[in-house]
Amino acid sequence: MRGYLFRKFFHAAVTIFIVIVINFFLFRIMPGDPVRVLIRSPKISSEALERVREQFGLNESRLVQFWIYLRDLFTGDLGTSFNYRQPVIDIIIERVPATVLLVGTATVLSIVFGVLLGVILAWKRGTRLDIVGLSISLILYSMPTFWVAIIMVMIFAVYWQIFPLGGMGMPGVYYSSYWAELASKAHHLFLPAITFALILVGEYVLIMRSSLLEVMREDYMLTARAKGVSNRDLLRKHALPNAMLPVVTLIAINLGFIVGGAIQIETVFSWPGLGRLMYNSLTNRDYPVLQGLFLFVTIAVIGANFIADILYRYLDPRVKS
Amino acid sequence: MHNTMVKNERLALWRKNFSGFWSIYSQNRMGLIGLAILIFFTLMALFGPLLVSITTLSIDGVTKVLHPPTSGFWLGTDDLGKDILAGVIIGSRVSLLVGVAATAISMIIGTVVGIVSGFYGRTADALLMRITDVFLVIPWLPLMLVMAALLGPSLGNIIFVIGITSWAGTARIIRSQTLSIKERPYIERARAIGSGDSHLMFYHILPNVFPLIFANTVLVAAVAILSETTLSFLGMGDPTRITWGVMLHFAFSMGAVSHGAWWWLLPPGICVVLVVLSFTFIGYALDEVLNPKLRRRDQ
Repeated sequence: MRGYLFRKFFHAAVTIFIVIVINFFLFRIMPGDPVRVLIRSPKISSEALERVREQFGLNESRLVQFWIYLRDLFTGDLGTSFNYRQPVIDIIIERVPATVLLVGTATVLSIVFGVLLGVILAWKRGTRLDIVGLSISLILYSMPTFWVAIIMVMIFAVYWQIFPLGGMGMPGVYYSSYWAELASKAHHLFLPAITFALILVGEYVLIMRSSLLEVMREDYMLTARAKGVSNRDLLRKHALPNAMLPVVTLIAINLGFIVGGAIQIETVFSWPGLGRLMYNSLTNRDYPVLQGLFLFVTIAVIGANFIADILYRYLDPRVKS
Repeated sequence: MHNTMVKNERLALWRKNFSGFWSIYSQNRMGLIGLAILIFFTLMALFGPLLVSITTLSIDGVTKVLHPPTSGFWLGTDDLGKDILAGVIIGSRVSLLVGVAATAISMIIGTVVGIVSGFYGRTADALLMRITDVFLVIPWLPLMLVMAALLGPSLGNIIFVIGITSWAGTARIIRSQTLSIKERPYIERARAIGSGDSHLMFYHILPNVFPLIFANTVLVAAVAILSETTLSFLGMGDPTRITWGVMLHFAFSMGAVSHGAWWWLLPPGICVVLVVLSFTFIGYALDEVLNPKLRRRDQ
């Protein structure tokens, strides 16, 4: 177990290092002088240009620059935003809770409903319900995330007006109590979270259904049935624990997809999280924020994958040998 | 003389294989629906723009701005009074073009990396697979967005960015198939009569992984179309070239949502969904044809 853990950790560390290298060179090898991008003004004297170059260490060799970059990274220095004139790391940290709230709610909702619907479809396989369920899952899976979000806003916020258009609260409003503020937040969270869950749920339904169908064909299920185990116990105690394993893997595989979804959902719903920050820094060409955010998100995904790997081994004794 | 005989034999074999393939494929209703949708949109992309180019010029900018569907404009107009239907038809060409070109890049990189990695093994394999793993684990949308932002908005860049970020899954699949094929006796036989590495890879391994490449192309194409739409929507597309994604970008940023202009937001999106769905359906059908174990599933 320890050897396995060490190997996985080593792999994750190597991957993170490669990502850091990519991140460094991506923002330097691309066409255009970084200084020009940095100051974003064509009319600048050559002396000022030289000063900026020195200030950011751009007059040093590539290798020295990379060393400076690494040193800054380990001290948590991701540079300063062009737009906000604040340290990038502060801007990122400030927006983490909003994204975690949205992504967390949506993920929990989609897993609960996905597993439930997957079980129902597997149990009723071949019936009309199964076919309808499968088709809806496939169609949802084929939709661009942002487009689903737009349609949800059109229906529930523009046409029926039962939910706000976006944001996390009313700007400039002071709430009478903590509960009033919480209620307002929940009201704002509802539509984006449901939309996000809707996009994620299809895959959980499909994987849960096929995994349960596979488990139900196993010999030990027949044995259990022969022993007289009730249908309910057959499902709950014999089939589900094994059928749930691929769902855990899917959560890890899905993380990259979830990040992509968060960017789109937060953009459409003006949700003040990391995804919205990414969109804003893209449109403003705020490169330090973009670079820091990319690194932050990627390392978070690699870390989460590492945890899922370990969790999977813990959950499935068969892989331990 | 000998050559033409071989050629004829090969042609006959292909024909036989194809009719065998078609007889199974045509049994699959999903596959047929997918194929029909895809043919419809391909025809639209090829010939549609020739038919609408005249109607788009007749901008009725004064009275018909953001107008819901009427008899003259079957899908309504946008904020500049342009016909949405014409936009959707013209947009099909570039949307599909980006999808096809990006898929081609992705498949070429994935196939080369997969075959080379599986064939040579050892250091080359370890190195290439490490890179593949990195591409698998990096969240794809942020990577594409960052690259697109740095390269600048143009059609070529969008194609490049989608192609370069979506090959990792293909490489993994091709590699594992290559590993099993290279152990077969006929490879050893070919090597014994003097075939070099590149000859082996191109003439003996590539034809055998081809069914896999074919099936995977369909799935990558679906991802490529979705990626183009998403990148363009987030403002990374070429604003001078109309695609479905670019249309949605303008609709969203011009406030079509709060205006309730459903006729502007729905048609381009529905086109994207239909095309992606058609690839998914074809993929399912191909899976059943190429994987006999699945043919009678759930019965």
